[in-house]
Amino acid sequence: MFTPHTIHDVEVMLKSIGVEKIEDLFQEIPEQFRYPDLSLAPRLTEMEAVAELENIASANGTTKEFLSFLGAGAYDHYIPAAVDNLLQRGEFYTAYTPYQPEISQGTLQAIFEFQSLICRLTGMDVSNASHYDGATAAAEAVILATGHFRNKRKKVLLSRALNPQYRQTIRTYMQTDGSLQILGDDAETGIDIKNLIAQIDNNTALVMVQYPDFFGRIIDYKELVETAHANGALVAMAVNPTALGLLTPPGDLGADIALGEGQPLGIPLSFGGPYLGFFAVKDALLRKIAGRLVGQTVDAEGKLAYVLTLTAREQHIRREKASSNICSNQGLMTLAATIYLSVLGKHGFRQVSNLCYQKAHYAAEQISSIHGFEVMFPETPFFHEFVIRSEQPVDELLEHLLDHDIFGGYKLENDYPELQNCLMLAVTEKISREDIDYLCNILGEVDHD
Amino acid sequence: MLVPQEFKYQKTDEWVKIVDGVATIGITDYAQDALSDVVFVEFAVDPDDEISAGDSLATIESVKAAAEVIFPVSGKVIEVNQAVVDAPEILNDQPYGDGWLIKVQVADESEMDVLLDAAAYDAYCKDR
Repeated sequence: MFTPHTIHDVEVMLKSIGVEKIEDLFQEIPEQFRYPDLSLAPRLTEMEAVAELENIASANGTTKEFLSFLGAGAYDHYIPAAVDNLLQRGEFYTAYTPYQPEISQGTLQAIFEFQSLICRLTGMDVSNASHYDGATAAAEAVILATGHFRNKRKKVLLSRALNPQYRQTIRTYMQTDGSLQILGDDAETGIDIKNLIAQIDNNTALVMVQYPDFFGRIIDYKELVETAHANGALVAMAVNPTALGLLTPPGDLGADIALGEGQPLGIPLSFGGPYLGFFAVKDALLRKIAGRLVGQTVDAEGKLAYVLTLTAREQHIRREKASSNICSNQGLMTLAATIYLSVLGKHGFRQVSNLCYQKAHYAAEQISSIHGFEVMFPETPFFHEFVIRSEQPVDELLEHLLDHDIFGGYKLENDYPELQNCLMLAVTEKISREDIDYLCNILGEVDHD
Repeated sequence: MLVPQEFKYQKTDEWVKIVDGVATIGITDYAQDALSDVVFVEFAVDPDDEISAGDSLATIESVKAAAEVIFPVSGKVIEVNQAVVDAPEILNDQPYGDGWLIKVQVADESEMDVLLDAAAYDAYCKDR
């Protein structure tokens, strides 16, 4: 163990508090618990430890060696080298969310630009400085909505086609609110949006849908939004930011809240995190939004400056009256997304979006012509993710693909028992036509008997 | 600092006046001065809500703080002053006039007995 104190330092400290040796500090702990046998493995040198860890890590398959069609909320996009390069500049890299914020003008400017980009992407009026990930951003939307109605509306409707992990996180966040009903995502309601619309009433605080939905489908939410608003309820849309390069933004569709997972914006998969939640609202909900907001202003000399603004909403000022305990943000991931979007620019981003769309459609078309496979929901438009049904059990299919260095996709029946033998595939711009043809060849070899 | 004689006060800086069983409630001149420029008012209740003394009435946000306004009496909300939501600066300009916050049909006027009169509130503020 490394401690920075010399023997002399330790002696001086022990003397000043009046004990003889370090062991004396632990006299309060009953003797039999004082130095337990931890039964640890024999100690390793640094060189040995690194070798062992590398050995363990090498057992992981990554998208570097495997062709991946896995998506379901996290996507393997190409990240331009400039993102990491700029991200690792010392001025940014050391900065957590700033606690003496105005001294960090560069960080605040980056957050301000992030907020501006999210507003442009989503068509919303105000974005905050981010949340941990898409799932926690979704939970914040529920907290916002229930607070907005002062807990008088007791119902929140979640689409069954909302990411199952988001729904789980929402229920975890809201578990202490015994009077709140979180409905709409049961098997009986199913994934037909009409059945969800039928459950909207004037006790509904929020209706949350996903766009494109969890299965990649682009659903027309016009009637849902109209029904929700007619009943005075808010509408939240969990959106895939990449899709917004092509699709009508949620702001234009009438969403009151737009949120989502920012990982596709220049953040590596990293086995699940750190990721980035974004959260944006219409003007009317400006003061209900949790977390930090950066604003642009001028200083006493008239020079452009950035400040944390509207902080009176926040936990550190409002204490127990605050609606959310979020008073931080994903500083570095926010910056990554900002650089990613800036490097790609408006046209580059649209190109990424279009490539994902076109390649996914090529893949779906090819797979649909293979014996033993059918593409689900053929009548519904989709973005870069789609569902296929196999005559084979999905586990066997995935095993077969893995033997050919392919992550085949996401097995749906764990979350959706009604979707037996269904596999969901995501196709990003990184997947080439040859890759798709290779996948189809392997699928064509599958024995359906 | 203005402390009109005809009102009753509580130490959390609300004033209340009862006419024909209806209490009008607002924040004091001391409160608006301490808050400085009020930028946002959000009511915690709606007309017809049954409320108790001690419940939160509204949140007032100024450029430097956010403060809760507390009901000094119990009863039923009759009216909230929408004008202060639309133009929060009225609270700074006329805390005892157009800046009133809410009207309540009072359930039990004897609750007024525990409130401070103008002289006591004035003395309390000067001591802070």
